[in-house]
Amino acid sequence: MPSLGADMERGTLVEWLVKPGSKVRSGDIIAVVETHKGAIDVEIFEDATVSEICAHEGETVPVGGLLARLEAEGGKAAPLLPATKPEPAPAAAKAAPEPTFTITRTGRTKVSPAARRLAAQIGIDPETLTGTGVDGSVSLADVELARASAAKPAPAAKAARKRGFDPVEMRRGIALAMARSKREIPHYYLSSTVDMGPTLDWLARFNEARPPTERMLAAVPLIKATALALRKHPQLNGFWQDDAFQPGAGVHIGWAISLRGGGLVSPAIHDADTLALPDLMDKLRDLVARARSGGLRSSELMDATVTITSLGERGADNVAAIIYPPQVAIVGFGRIRERPWIVDGKVAARPLVDVTLAADHRASDGHTGGLLLSTIEQLLQEPETL
Amino acid sequence: MSDPAPTRMTYREACKQAIRDALNADPNCFVMGEDVGRYGGCYAVTKGLLEEFGLERIRDTPLAESVIAGAGIGAAIGGMRPIVEIMTCNFSLLALDQIVNNAASIPHMSGGQFAVPVVIRMATGGGRQLAAQHSHSLEGWYAHIPGIKVLAPGTVEDARHMLAAALADPNPVLIFEHVMLYNEEGDLDPAVDAVDISSAKVRRDGKDVTILTYGGSLPKALEAAEELARDGIAAEVVDLRVLRPLDDATIFASVMRTRRCVIVDEGWRSGSLSAEIAARLADELFFELDAPVRRVCTREVPVPYAAHLEAEALPQVADIVTAARRLAKPQ
Repeated sequence: MPSLGADMERGTLVEWLVKPGSKVRSGDIIAVVETHKGAIDVEIFEDATVSEICAHEGETVPVGGLLARLEAEGGKAAPLLPATKPEPAPAAAKAAPEPTFTITRTGRTKVSPAARRLAAQIGIDPETLTGTGVDGSVSLADVELARASAAKPAPAAKAARKRGFDPVEMRRGIALAMARSKREIPHYYLSSTVDMGPTLDWLARFNEARPPTERMLAAVPLIKATALALRKHPQLNGFWQDDAFQPGAGVHIGWAISLRGGGLVSPAIHDADTLALPDLMDKLRDLVARARSGGLRSSELMDATVTITSLGERGADNVAAIIYPPQVAIVGFGRIRERPWIVDGKVAARPLVDVTLAADHRASDGHTGGLLLSTIEQLLQEPETL
Repeated sequence: MSDPAPTRMTYREACKQAIRDALNADPNCFVMGEDVGRYGGCYAVTKGLLEEFGLERIRDTPLAESVIAGAGIGAAIGGMRPIVEIMTCNFSLLALDQIVNNAASIPHMSGGQFAVPVVIRMATGGGRQLAAQHSHSLEGWYAHIPGIKVLAPGTVEDARHMLAAALADPNPVLIFEHVMLYNEEGDLDPAVDAVDISSAKVRRDGKDVTILTYGGSLPKALEAAEELARDGIAAEVVDLRVLRPLDDATIFASVMRTRRCVIVDEGWRSGSLSAEIAARLADELFFELDAPVRRVCTREVPVPYAAHLEAEALPQVADIVTAARRLAKPQ
């Protein structure tokens, strides 16, 4: 079971798209997993043959748990492991001197000893049950309930493949990740105001002759400029893991998308620094549509090396954002708004945007962060170079 | 001499009647302690006994706990049946050497040649605004010591009858009387003329959660159970009665029925009797438990003088209700 983000503890296998004997190629979608971010298409990262399916449909598997075994081409069976190693659970009270210790949450479902024994006796997997006991643990009553409902005829059919997300679960996921971030990451914040005149002029010219469906949003040059700036300042692009900074392999921009009905998700735009602006627009459009309808790919949830949050036209002027762990930075754009600005010694009305950076002080210092913001600003003054 | 036994009396009166009975039953029995004679006892338990039994048998002592306990132990070895009163368990620390190194050890070290049938009564616990040096619950410490028995009468009946059983026991027996219980009234069953000092007792039946407690916390636990019942939670209240040796059978049987347990112990939580019981439950009943074992103990501070702080520090009914409800009805 791949870790589709720091806030994921387990996923439910909704559907297998392969079976034993299927040949798979790197990038193929092999299964659909339901998480609090909705149904996610799980990709494979090698060429191989599926030799054994270990998790059955409907089963909830903790992150790092075994889903299937693969026969590498010409090789021997290897467990299908997550492409990235499972996110280590937040270290308990490492930095926070709390009066009582916090128990590190593992992927293991809490099952009371009595419930676990009864479940074993009657052949029910207690980890698949919904816990109503202390701290959400699976209690005897939950196992008894499962036994009672197992005795009844099975529900009509397997639940249809869900393509939505559970707002309650998502809120819980966001709560876990954000609380962990604020607990563990010493954020520092920087902000700059950038004249968007040149970029907006360029956008207007680009969009002039195009139908509305092909027009480019201002978000696209912002993403590209940020991606290029991060390539130049790699200390802000990557992860804080095992007490050290690990640079990202490529600039994969996590784009924060707010979902109707609440919640947000920030899937990755892979190698955003290498994409031409029109391609980036296509990616963005596709990503937003899939995020809202379900159907994000596992790599999109796993790979982001940094996050951008843009408040859009109806948002606020600036944002002091919270880093999505284990990333080390998040760049925020406020709304673009005409404000007074000094141009050539005179006050003029210019479209301005506040760019903010929240960065992990363990991984970088304010000087680096300042350079990143100033690079973004320079790039946005020459949009034709993006 | 013989009072007509009223069916309802205070815990204090029950203690006094028990002592009077013992003095009448055995000429070798006597009482010694600080202010037990002319003053009638710090908590008035022995009031009137000096007039009734005279100076030989109700003996005021100097303020020297080591001497009081030591003399009691010597008298017991010499064949007497002393009832030693230490004013509060807080002062018993001065007698700790006598109790641990002599009373608890001599029967063992002498290869059984010397029994030490001394009974030491002490007041324990807080709640009367007597501040840190008079309010602690140290019975858990004594329950650590092999060679002594530790009793905690929590009812009028136990206060009335435990002493006789303690005197009949050849081992040193410590009786902890909670200061908040002395004014408590209760009914005495005329049919009961003796109790054991080996078993715990279920004071209230319930199926949802076991509340294990003893002594001064027993009335609180029973009140909590009453409140929980209004919430549809049937709490079983087990009175430990004997803190050493613990009656594992009764404790385990109750927790096996309810599979959930709150231990209420007025001692401090760290290294406490509640910790010992929780460890035994984890050792022996792990697979029977349907929820973590919870504890309600005194805050880990010297018990404060100020009334609101003292109330905050000690286990209260609301704390017990909350702990039990979270186990029985977590949702």
